[in-house]
Amino acid sequence: MKVQVNGEELVLDKPVNIKELLVLAKAEQPDYVTVQKNGQFVERDKFEETVVSEGDTIEFLYFMGGGSR
Amino acid sequence: MSLSNEQLERYSRHIILKQVGGKGQEKILSGKVLVIGTGGLGAPAAMYLAAAGVGTIGLVDFDVVDLSNLQRQIIHQSQDVGKAKVDSGRETIAAMNPDVKVYTYNELVTAANIKDIIRDQEYDFILDGTDNFPAKFLINDACVMLRKPFSHAGIIRFQGQTMTYVPDAGPCYRCVFREPPPKDAVPTCRQAGVLGVMGGILGTLQATEALKYILGVGELLTGYLLTYDALSMTFRKVKLPRSGDCAVCGEHPSITQLFDYEKPTCEFGK
Repeated sequence: MKVQVNGEELVLDKPVNIKELLVLAKAEQPDYVTVQKNGQFVERDKFEETVVSEGDTIEFLYFMGGGSR
Repeated sequence: MSLSNEQLERYSRHIILKQVGGKGQEKILSGKVLVIGTGGLGAPAAMYLAAAGVGTIGLVDFDVVDLSNLQRQIIHQSQDVGKAKVDSGRETIAAMNPDVKVYTYNELVTAANIKDIIRDQEYDFILDGTDNFPAKFLINDACVMLRKPFSHAGIIRFQGQTMTYVPDAGPCYRCVFREPPPKDAVPTCRQAGVLGVMGGILGTLQATEALKYILGVGELLTGYLLTYDALSMTFRKVKLPRSGDCAVCGEHPSITQLFDYEKPTCEFGK
């Protein structure tokens, strides 16, 4: 099963939920990442019940501060 | 307003563009941009805005120039170490372009002063060049409440991101990132480092958005988060939905008054 994570193809053996995908896809800052599935935000409390299926597009959006000092 | 002969020559490469022309350059000269944070992002952004002839530029920063800033904060030079960043920034802009009037605010933005700073010159566009999340959320909330467009950006290591908020036209920063991460949960440039040019790339993108907004040309990064990875030399534009239940710009906002998250006290001193 193939999904797109941040624009890159990821092959999964079986369907996984978002929480599992964060580990498999080695998300940075998994506790603070914003997740989009097929263009819609997935709330943090829905990570376990949201299953990723063939062809889904997932985006991990990270906090980025920086800038001044 | 009509352009002087000197202005016609100074801005000739703008004026020749069909999207700018003399009328557009006059809009730029009448434009008012507030740059919050004159560091890695704000320094190059303010310089390009000044060179472009943005007639009114506000600079907000409470800090003084440190030697470790000079690797990327190009508005400040070696002789400016120890000087207030807003003063150093004003001097650089004055030397670059006499058409620009600079207003300085030598203070930390807080819930108590940010609205007054934005209203001080009725700035058209706000550029967030701050380095911490309490400030980024405060700027977002203030801009949503005052219905001001602003550009968000962040940089770390070899990565950067930016998005543009325009009232009613797309999501705000809080639609994407609900609330600041706990202090020290997400590394800062001081902790993790940043390639100096990252501020130049993202800050210049922010300045581009400000100029496009003033000119009313092209498509802004509204409804998109642009991410940049310098190591793989990849730009990605991620489409963002608006959150109907956003706490500040949603249909039934729960945030109706500005407030300060915990101050980034670890950032004070050296």
